[in-house]
Amino acid sequence: MEGGVVLLDFWPSMFGMRVRIALAEKEIKYEYIEQDLRNKSDLLLQMNPVHKKIPVLVHNGKPICESLVQVQYIDEVWKNQAPLLPADPYKRATARFWADFVDKKMYDSGSRVWKTKGEEQEAAKKEFIGNLKLLEGELGDNLYFGGDGFGYVDVALVPFYCWFYAYEQCGNFSIEAECPKLIAWAKRCMQKESVAKSLADPEKVYGFLLQLKKAYGIE
Amino acid sequence: MGEEVKVFGFWSSPYTLRAVLALRLKGVPYEYVEENVLGNKSPLLLKYNPIHKKVPVLLHNGKPIVESLVILEYIDEIWKSKPILPKHPYDKAMARFWAKFFDDKCMPAVWKPFWCPEDEREKAVEEACQCLKTLETALNGKRFFGGEEIGLVDIAANFVGFFLRTMQEVTGLELLSAEKFPHLFKWTDEFVNHSVVKENLPPRDKQLEFNRVIIAKYEAGEIKA
Repeated sequence: MEGGVVLLDFWPSMFGMRVRIALAEKEIKYEYIEQDLRNKSDLLLQMNPVHKKIPVLVHNGKPICESLVQVQYIDEVWKNQAPLLPADPYKRATARFWADFVDKKMYDSGSRVWKTKGEEQEAAKKEFIGNLKLLEGELGDNLYFGGDGFGYVDVALVPFYCWFYAYEQCGNFSIEAECPKLIAWAKRCMQKESVAKSLADPEKVYGFLLQLKKAYGIE
Repeated sequence: MGEEVKVFGFWSSPYTLRAVLALRLKGVPYEYVEENVLGNKSPLLLKYNPIHKKVPVLLHNGKPIVESLVILEYIDEIWKSKPILPKHPYDKAMARFWAKFFDDKCMPAVWKPFWCPEDEREKAVEEACQCLKTLETALNGKRFFGGEEIGLVDIAANFVGFFLRTMQEVTGLELLSAEKFPHLFKWTDEFVNHSVVKENLPPRDKQLEFNRVIIAKYEAGEIKA
């Protein structure tokens, strides 16, 4: 595995999608190796012994773990093309803050939408929409979170878009009705080849989620 | 230089300490504003950190930066002397990975055993020790996580570096010992005796007393874990 870039990933993972987008933005050729998370490969366990999770980016035989760490690594090594983080340190700090916000809030609140029912689910939906509205506030009238150009926060957040349909079906609500600006932003991102090719099909994601619910014993 | 640097913090917060250590290491003059996190949050704190409403906040020429790891990266980019992040992208990625591991896994794991119900303690201790073991492996026999000098991970891990042993002393619950984790234990001594770190830690007696106070409040049901 010396030389070259390898990505250990799982097709519906929003975190894996971040890395796929970053690699595509920089036009980096890489080998994609699909992982079976119910039966973790020796390779995965060797490359990510601490968390045993995907995605794992392997560059010149050396593994890097954690999707935002990977995206920053890609941005720094392949720095001459499609910069993802801004040059200005304050803008970089702002971008890091919002990517961290996505990490801290989106996955958990989204998961609670499909894992719960009744009152708990209503509370989860409220929190989920609340987080999206904060992100909408940050986007403002910009085309992207990166300003005029697609950037780090866009990469961190847009993969969740392909999960929205699944959340909506489970929660019986419309994200577009609550956050039209954010959906407009997501559709704008989907115009980019790097994003369109990296995100999973929302119907397939929903199918996967239904299987997951069955496995968890959730109706 | 016409620079205005302020830190809004809490004297006993390991997160505030991160920002303080980075600035002190780089010799950056700043004004410190104490926030009473156990009381009402000040209007300024709510203004500068409306999303999370927490310390630390770094204010640089009037612009706020929040989230301690974001603050550390910002400080390292603005004040380039005594770098806390490695130069090489792979080493940088490793440092970021371990800092995130510390925040996501270690902090909650080593904090929990002191605050959980009796029947959950054994499992909590086991998980805490698992994290400490991983940290010991990450240290890999080095003097500091950053190598010969302290770096991002050492600064991020200051809870284990300093605060943990003060909690152990007050409660009698021992997670980190020289016998179980010799390298990591030695690292805590190196850390607290580092020339810049030792000048900026909370005073030990004050910290021990504070630990006793918050434990008492917790046991009386006045505060939650």
